[in-house]
Amino acid sequence: MTRLGRVLPLLAALLMPICAQANPALEAVIADNLEGLERPSRLTVEPLVAQIAATGPEGLALLQAWSERQLGLTEDGRAVIIGDDDAATDAVTGQPVPEADPQMLRPNSGVRGVIESALVAGALNDPDPSRRRAALDSLARGGSFEQLTALRAALDDPDPTLAARKARLERLLTIQVGENSEARVTAIEDLAGDVSLDFRAALNPLLVTRRVVATEEPQGNVAREISIDGDDLPREAAIALLVSEGVLEPRLTSAEQRAALAANLSDGRVGGVPVADLSDPDARDRAYEALEDAGTVPPAATEAEVQAALDAHRVYELYAEPDPAVTEAARAAQIRAQVRLGAMQGIDLGLDALSLASIYFLAAIGLAVTFGVMRVINMAHGEFIMMGAYTGYTVQTLIADRTLSLVVALPLAFAVTFGAGVVLYRLVIRHLAHRPLETLLATFGVSIALQQLAKNIFGTQARPLTAPAWLEGSITINDVISISSIRVAIFVLALLFLGLFLFIMKRTRLGLEVRAVTQNPGMAASMGINPDRIAMMTFGLGSGIAGIAGVAIGLFAQVTSEIGQQYIVQSFMTVVVGGVGNIWGTLAGATLIGGLSKVIESFNPGNTLAAQTFMILFIIIFIQFRPRGIIPQKGRAAEA
Amino acid sequence: MTRTPFILRTPSTLIVLAVLAVFTITVTLLSAAYGTGAIPTSMVKTLGMTLCLALAAVAMDLVWGYLGILSLGQMAFFALGGYMIGQWLMYARTEGIVAASLSGNPIPFTPQELRDGVTNQIFGVVGSAELPMVWGFAHSLTLQLILVVAVPGLLALVFGWLAFRSRVNGVYLSILTQAMTLALALWLFQNDSGFRGNNGLSGLQNLPGLDHVGQARLSVWFLWASALALGLFYVIAAWLVSGKFGSVTRAIRDDETRVRFLGYPVEGFKLVVFTLAAMITAIAGALYYPQAGIINPAEMMPIASIYLAVWVAIGGRGRLYGAVIGAFVVSLLSTWFTGGRAPSINLPGYVVNWVDWWQVALGLSFVLVTLYAPKGIAGIFDLIGRKGDRA
Repeated sequence: MTRLGRVLPLLAALLMPICAQANPALEAVIADNLEGLERPSRLTVEPLVAQIAATGPEGLALLQAWSERQLGLTEDGRAVIIGDDDAATDAVTGQPVPEADPQMLRPNSGVRGVIESALVAGALNDPDPSRRRAALDSLARGGSFEQLTALRAALDDPDPTLAARKARLERLLTIQVGENSEARVTAIEDLAGDVSLDFRAALNPLLVTRRVVATEEPQGNVAREISIDGDDLPREAAIALLVSEGVLEPRLTSAEQRAALAANLSDGRVGGVPVADLSDPDARDRAYEALEDAGTVPPAATEAEVQAALDAHRVYELYAEPDPAVTEAARAAQIRAQVRLGAMQGIDLGLDALSLASIYFLAAIGLAVTFGVMRVINMAHGEFIMMGAYTGYTVQTLIADRTLSLVVALPLAFAVTFGAGVVLYRLVIRHLAHRPLETLLATFGVSIALQQLAKNIFGTQARPLTAPAWLEGSITINDVISISSIRVAIFVLALLFLGLFLFIMKRTRLGLEVRAVTQNPGMAASMGINPDRIAMMTFGLGSGIAGIAGVAIGLFAQVTSEIGQQYIVQSFMTVVVGGVGNIWGTLAGATLIGGLSKVIESFNPGNTLAAQTFMILFIIIFIQFRPRGIIPQKGRAAEA
Repeated sequence: MTRTPFILRTPSTLIVLAVLAVFTITVTLLSAAYGTGAIPTSMVKTLGMTLCLALAAVAMDLVWGYLGILSLGQMAFFALGGYMIGQWLMYARTEGIVAASLSGNPIPFTPQELRDGVTNQIFGVVGSAELPMVWGFAHSLTLQLILVVAVPGLLALVFGWLAFRSRVNGVYLSILTQAMTLALALWLFQNDSGFRGNNGLSGLQNLPGLDHVGQARLSVWFLWASALALGLFYVIAAWLVSGKFGSVTRAIRDDETRVRFLGYPVEGFKLVVFTLAAMITAIAGALYYPQAGIINPAEMMPIASIYLAVWVAIGGRGRLYGAVIGAFVVSLLSTWFTGGRAPSINLPGYVVNWVDWWQVALGLSFVLVTLYAPKGIAGIFDLIGRKGDRA
């Protein structure tokens, strides 16, 4: 089917209802030009095609059928279209013609080119913008020179978007099928630097190469010579290429050699070599050569022959596109496109890293707070994240409206985990003051109990926490840069909490007291601050933020009882790297960890395991240089 | 001045050795291969594995109870030891199988064919056609046995040197050790790491060349070996901590800065104990995994090391026998409760199924032990009037 054939069924479908009426003009044209229809020539057919096209939709349908070799002429001089189901319809009236036995028309490719460009011109000048758009869509998938000419004649368009599109498509088509090499090179240079998919797709076919084996430089557009045994063509691949080109006998695999030897075993010897010696590869070669000399086995390339063939031949890459000027321009444009593409991918990576950093920040901030004030690591922090996520899920099962449920879930998750944090502090952590390692282990006990409890209540399968519709989808800037709305929302949430936290710590009585207790608990207590109450409030606050982080994480990950575990180690790393001095340390740590994991991942796409390994190694080494983190706690508190 | 022999100064060591001997003889006499068969082979294996875990717990106690480093990465050394011995077990056994299948051919096989066959058998599952470099020594039992202690020892040495010299301590160090084991596990999870990714090494329960012995007898042999290793290293550990060396490590645990000001090379002491413990743990692992039969990177995820710390804490840290008791009690109880054989408790309206609730009970009991019995189970010996020696 021709390319145009993809547009025209659509057009034909649109036109079908009108076809029921007779078209006297078309009938007259057919009657006058039976000879021309039957034996068209490229030079003379143009006026006829124009006449038929001018008769209206039936004329266009006829032209389409003609170019697709589905048009026939009956004995009585009527034109009939044979559909895919072999049913014939009259081209003029659209009525079915039973028992027609038409003589099928077989226009040659030159004639078909003329017909197609006429059809494109018709569609491109169609008063209906949607038909013009459909014609452009079809052209965007590729076209012939005739179609390009038709497009150039129809560049003006009342709709500015379509006019711009036509102009762009004209350039792209010129690259592919332009009249001469200057026109194509100019078109490539016009668009160079563009990173959109359609331009890159137009360049790619120009740069397709194939490998050719030759003894001297071949005719044609040579891209480069490939050195054998280099990175691009290892020795084995070169041998395989020579074999497939027929210039080298295939080498014997060791399995084939063994089979051949086994088939010629007689009296415990093969080719004069005792079987017992055949565990030595050299002995096997000797035996096979003896058999080869005797003519019992087909000859196979020996190592020396292989080497000789490799030495005698050179491998070239030839462009499928014959014009060197075009390929050169295309190569230059592709490099420019790749450079710009790299820059944009960098920006995209930065956005990804930022969103990951905000997640780590949200997950780690509570941990950093409790660690900074009380010097304890709360291993159950991940389970508070989980509690928040399950709170979000539970609220969603009760409130159907997703936006409303999210609005309810966020403060509720904070309240639930704040409460859990306070309870944990009152029951466990308070009794383990100044024993950080015991606290670590005790909270670990809480962590495994909570995890199993969640499994018992919610089951082991993942629970969905669905984002409201306005958070689905993504913000797309161009073909390369895009970011999902949820991640933007999480970034905003992280900023919000950064602000809120700074406000609490710097502007409220509670913050003042927290800072006092952090710096010197004894002095703070003697000033009338209750360190126990402050520690409890801080612990609750930290846990509450973990709950909020849980809702946020649940929105893009599945809610399971292990959801906290996936983030807890990264949160620890964030705290360790950032230092516990203040919230900016946590922010710096999260940015570093988030950015680094994305960067390492981009070097090694698809292998997140390796990325995480290198990340952790980096952190272990980083600690060598800044043992107390990026922003360390200063003063006497740091020694505690 | 006459010195009391070490063994007499620490009666607890004698008691532990005696209990261990009685335990081993009892299990042997009740095993299917050498006795009545009252204990099935799978149970003998479980007990042998528990002995190895107890040895790992003793090493953990050295590091945590006597040096004050809560290492949350001990199981990395344990699993590394297992991987090192597993390489030989798997390679040698596969080599035997491949050689047997190749010798069916009229033409004798070349060394290359044998190696290709083995590679294909072991690494076909991760789509690799070449034997990774790290398997270069796998053909030799001696070399792999050296690697069992060398690789984890070197890792501990390098990691410890990096961590201790930059004065990372307390919870920071715990987190860092956890990061180390996580990094190692994630690396091993990759298919191209050379250790078969998450498939791990399997079929380790079959000793090459000993197929005719049978699992029943092998399991008892491994029980003996595990008991021997536990006894030997228990004595070494007890001797180490009973002398001046032990006094210094305990002093480091209680006030590191002061010990440093007194002129002791704190980092050196830490490094020696940390590395020694890593090697002991690796030996325990090398004995454990041939009994378990399979090893994969999940074994060194941080959670496993935390459980090790839990056993030591529940058993009673700062006493070596506490670690042994903790490992035995908690791991055997875990096996029993999660094995589905523990009777469910019928409450009105709800059936407490232990498979589901054991983790909750373990977690909570762990909190309770930390809060109310910081000396762990071993603290009971203090309570019942017998003055437990602080070995």
